[in-house]
Formats: sequence, structure tokens, C-alpha cells
Amino acid sequence: MTKANFDLVKEIELLRLVTVGSVDDGKSTLIGRLLIDTKGAFEDQLMAVRKQKGATTVSSAADIDLAMLTDGLAAEREQGITIDVAYRYFATPKRKFIMADCPGHEQYTRNMVTGSSTANAAIILIDARNGVMPQTKRHTHILGLLGIPHLIVAVNKMDLVDYDQATFENIREEMDEYCAKQGIKDLICTPMSALTGDMVTIRGDKMDWYEGDTLLATLESLSVLDDLDEKPFRMPVQLVNRPQTADLPDYRGFMGTIASGTIKVGDAVTVVPSGLSSTVKEIVTFDGNLEEAFAPQSITLTLNDNIDISRGDMLVHTGEPTTGEKSLTANVCWIGDEPLERRKKYIIKHTTRQVKALVDDVVFKREIHTLEKEDADSLAMNEIGQIRFKLQQPLNCDSYADNRMTGSFIIIDSFTNNTVGAGMIV
Amino acid sequence: MSEHKLTQLKALEAESIHIIREVVAEFRNPVMLYSVGKDSSVLVHLARKAFYPAPLPFPLLHVDTGFKFKEMYDFRDAFCEEIGANLIVRKNEDAIAKGMNPKEFGVARCCGALKTQGLLDALEEGGYDAAFGGARRDEEKSRAKERVFSMRDEFGQWDPKNQRPELWSIYNGRIHDGESVRVFPISNWTEMDIWSYIREENIPIVPLYFAKERPMIERGELLIPYYEENQDQYLEGEEPTMVMSRFRTLGCSPCTGAVRSDATNMDEIVIEAAAARRSERETRIIDHGSNSMEDKKKEGYF
Repeated sequence: MTKANFDLVKEIELLRLVTVGSVDDGKSTLIGRLLIDTKGAFEDQLMAVRKQKGATTVSSAADIDLAMLTDGLAAEREQGITIDVAYRYFATPKRKFIMADCPGHEQYTRNMVTGSSTANAAIILIDARNGVMPQTKRHTHILGLLGIPHLIVAVNKMDLVDYDQATFENIREEMDEYCAKQGIKDLICTPMSALTGDMVTIRGDKMDWYEGDTLLATLESLSVLDDLDEKPFRMPVQLVNRPQTADLPDYRGFMGTIASGTIKVGDAVTVVPSGLSSTVKEIVTFDGNLEEAFAPQSITLTLNDNIDISRGDMLVHTGEPTTGEKSLTANVCWIGDEPLERRKKYIIKHTTRQVKALVDDVVFKREIHTLEKEDADSLAMNEIGQIRFKLQQPLNCDSYADNRMTGSFIIIDSFTNNTVGAGMIV
Repeated sequence: MSEHKLTQLKALEAESIHIIREVVAEFRNPVMLYSVGKDSSVLVHLARKAFYPAPLPFPLLHVDTGFKFKEMYDFRDAFCEEIGANLIVRKNEDAIAKGMNPKEFGVARCCGALKTQGLLDALEEGGYDAAFGGARRDEEKSRAKERVFSMRDEFGQWDPKNQRPELWSIYNGRIHDGESVRVFPISNWTEMDIWSYIREENIPIVPLYFAKERPMIERGELLIPYYEENQDQYLEGEEPTMVMSRFRTLGCSPCTGAVRSDATNMDEIVIEAAAARRSERETRIIDHGSNSMEDKKKEGYF
């Protein structure tokens, strides 16, 4: 890097990536391959996990125990399985990647949901020898529900099936069909061998029949442009800033992260749920006031009228309201030890607001293989279904399809305080 | 890049500010751990941005071991005064009175007493229910596994096998009496991001981060800074030599190594960070040993 590169580095975009798969599909090898080839792992970290303790250099993925590099907990290394998400960071000249490496075991699906919820893109690993596994479908369904914009199916271990095109095409067809059933479009399927590196970072010469890009080239070229700034303005209020200092005795600023849309000085805004309105006086930041701000900036707004606003309220553009009902229906991924049951009460945290919620109805439970709807009264851990809640107070929200920020919520068990569910408003 | 697009550093900044504000909104008595290092400098800078134009709504807590570099104490006091922060300094006075030091008692025991126990005592004394820390996931493999909101039981212990799910940017801050949470707003920042951000925002840092001719003890591959008052911490026959060097991380002076470097300004430091092939934690003696960070973290180490 030279001084001339500073501005280029500044412009680098961020891609949040998640990797999922079944047990033993070679995920650690793939991640190790990406880290080594993009120099995302340091030499001393690689040396610490080399297979031969006497070795003085580490040059390829084959020289190191890759799982040891990513399985950061003693319990994981002891049992040889991944329990929790590990976050890894690597960069190419084009992009910085935050990669959430998720566990494959069904038992740890909740950790997979944790790692996936913020992702822009997902890599679903499949062992070419085993084909599509139940866990592949579960993960793909969850990724679809979470609305991950780009799904990449990585058909790994092609070296163990003699780089056979028909094997790859069969898997591709099965995944295409499964995804089409739930409306997932633009699925990218790539054959590869993480062990040899073919089609991961280099093309190699074994799979000339495949016309697509290598995995890394695909990751570098995926669109990270979202239309967040074109959606209606939404800013859940986190805090009211009242310095009450000698200089600022009457200052009231409304602090929040813009969930979607843009806001300008002078814009008419309405507070939901109260319906009170005013206009934007200033957009305040530490670096000076702005004329305009957009998602996902964290800002402070001052208004021209002294109206009642507190944490949990949301600021929207006047005339662009949210829904605000005392009930809501959502797709729910249940991650609690105790099952969700009809008539049980929970706490829902939606943006910056918490409300009490009652399970009014389990509309259906989703069978993971056929994707058929089943009748049910409960959801056990790792099950997915559609739930209707009754709320103690109305919640101002959008559908998850319209807005990932204002359409999502977590479900909290009020006795244990644990997070037990992920909700996506329909 | 389009008009409505944040650079990756600005995206990280927005995420961190969101996290810091959520904690202040949901916890009764938060505190920000301040270690005087570069990550702490960035963390405090982000907190100032989060609450501008109001002052920081929580104190900074420095758990001092008494073994920090003199330059760190000077910087700490000047910096906190300049920004008007409420600085609280706590030490494990019992252990210090007993003469705790890394050479006689071992690095692990010394860290356990002066840092881990010192921190747990200070948190209990202050009755803090949330403590911000500047740990990053790219630093070390057990830190790579940690949530942004990391739960601690009544004993201040971490249970890595049973972490609370953390979805989207909705943080669950509900805890029972006696429990607390460690919050890591810069979890997703890499060392490179930290240096680039310090450069772009002109954030003040301890001068030890810039290269200079300094007296060093060369122990194997480590460069250990030489201070006369630390003399009894060096091994038999170790003599200082002048080495052009700087620090990538700052901890206690007997246990933090320097690196050979000619980087005397922020541009050169960023260039060096971009080319670095070895991790910054390598210069920390505390990390050497199997499993060490995870074990220490479970017990309550920062």
C-alpha cells in the first residue's frame, strides 16, 4: 500500500457474509482457504495451528489444521465441532468482508440464525458426495426467511467426485427447485474444491465446463447497493439528548439510527404512535450539522416544535405512516429451549420499543423438506412457523419484505430474559 | 460511490454509535473501560460522537496495574482532562501491597490478580450493570466468538457455550439482578480499521505507537522496552540496546513487546498495518500458552 491508495481504501465497501452448511462439508477448509489466499490470517495464527509442529512455514491450506484456526473455544476443539458463530475478517482490494462462520449442527441452529440475520450474502456449502442434506434445506429456508439478498450454493469436494459435471448439475437442479418453491430468486451455484483451491480463488483447469466466476470473484462482484435510501424515512428514537448545560439549557435532540430513507432540514416529520408533527430544525453530528442524512447513519435531530417524544417512538415523514396495530402476524424462527405455545406471554423487542405479547394463534408450522404448512399449537426449538400475536400496545412497523429494520423483532422470555425467537413481520 | 452510501469505516462508526446509545438507554449504571490504548481511544471518540453535544453520560474506568508505561499515565491524565471525562482509576491494592509482579508470580497469576480481579472488584464496587470494552473480534480466536452484548453472571463469569442469540441490530439488554453485561461496540473493527480511523479522525493516541529509538531488551523474537524502574523484571544478563521501534498494542510495560519499525506518523502506521503479516497480539506475553485468552475471559478478564 502506498499513500496514493488511502483514498481507494476509504472507498472500499463492506459485505457482510455468512457461511452455513452441514457437518463435515469442508466449511473450515473453505474459510481457511479464503483467509490464507486473501491474507486474512496472520502468520503467527497459522503457525499456531500447523499440523506438523516442526514445520517452519505455512503456505497452503493442506499444511494447517483449519478447524483449529476457526474453532475458537476449547469445547469446540475438544469435541471437534463448531458450537458458536465465529466472525472472521478479510479484505481484497475491492471489498472488506465480515464473515460469520456458522455451526452446522441442528442443535446450534440458533447460533446460525444469529450469524445470518445481518448478512448481505450467504454461502451454503454442500459436499458433492452427499448432495442436499436436511440441514441444507433448513438453513436455506431460514436464509430465505431472513431475506438475505444473495445466496451462493458452494458445491464443495468436487475433487472427490472427479469434477463430475452431472453430479454438480443434479445438486443445482435440486436446490433451484427448493428455492423456487419459496420464492428465492437469483441463486448462484458454484462447483469447487476448497482443498485444492479450484474455483475458490483460482479457476484451475479441472472444471472448464463451468462458465461462472470463482467464489471470490463472485463475492467481489455481488451488488451491495440497497434501495434503503429510497424507502420511506424511519428513525426509531433511541434516546432524548438533554445536555442541560449552561450553554444548552433547553436543548432537546432525538438520537437514533436511520433505519431507512433520507431526511433533510425543513422536512415535515410525524411521531408514531402519537401522531404529533413538526419540522426538522437541525441534523446534528459531532462533525458538524448536516443538510441531509440517510440510512444507516446514526444522528441526532432537533425539531422546530416542542412535542412529546421518547425512546420507543419512531420519527417518519409526515404522510408516510407505518402500520400500528395491537396485533401482528410474523414468520417466527423459534430458538428457545422451551417451546412456543398458544396463549403463552412473551416480550417483543421491536426497534427500540418493548411490548408484552401473547401468542394468539400458531397459524401454521412449516415442514422443512416439502415446505408444506402444517397445523400446530406450538413451535419447538429450531422450528419455523407463522404466529399471530396480540400486543399490549400497538407497534408501529413495516413488513419485513419492505424493511428489514422496522419489520423485524426478537422474542424474549420474561422469566429467563433469554432471546427465544426471531420474528419477521408479514 | 453513490451519494447515499457510507464508506465501510463510516458504516462501522454508525453501528458502534447505535450500540453505545442502546446501552445508555437500557442500563441503569454503565461504565466505559478505558485502557489508554488505541482501541480505547477510538471507543471514547465514538462515545463522544454518540452523545454530542452532551458530555459523556458515563465515567471512564481505568483498571490500573501500576505497571503501565509512564507515557500512558501522562497521556491518560491529559486526555481525560481535555475532553472533560470523569476518570475513575482503580487498582487491586491488596495484590500490589503483596508485591505482585509478573516475574516472580508468573504472567498468568499477575494478570489474574491485577487485571481480572482488579476489574471484577472495580465493577462490583461501582455497581455497574454494563461495561463497555474495546475488544475486537479479529484480535484472537476466542474473541472472534463473542457477542456484542456479552452476558456475565453474578460472579462476572462468561459462559461461551451458552451465549444469548443476537439478531439484527436488536440487542437484548434484559438481565437479572446481579448479572451484568460486557458490551463491545467495536467488535467488527479490524486493526487496519482502527488505524485508518485514527488517521482520518485525527484521534490522539499515546506517543509510544510512533516509532522512535528506544532502549529495548531483546528476548528471543520479542522486543521488551527497558525502564530503569522495571530492572528487577528482566532476566539475568539482559541488557538494553537502542532500537528503532514502536508498539502495536499497549499493555503493562514488563509484558508488552515492541516491533521494529520506522513508522513515525499516521500515514506510515497505516501503510505498515496494511502490510503486517503477524498479529498484534503476538507482542502480548499474556496470550502465549494454550487456551489462555478463553480461560481468562471466562474468569472475567477483559
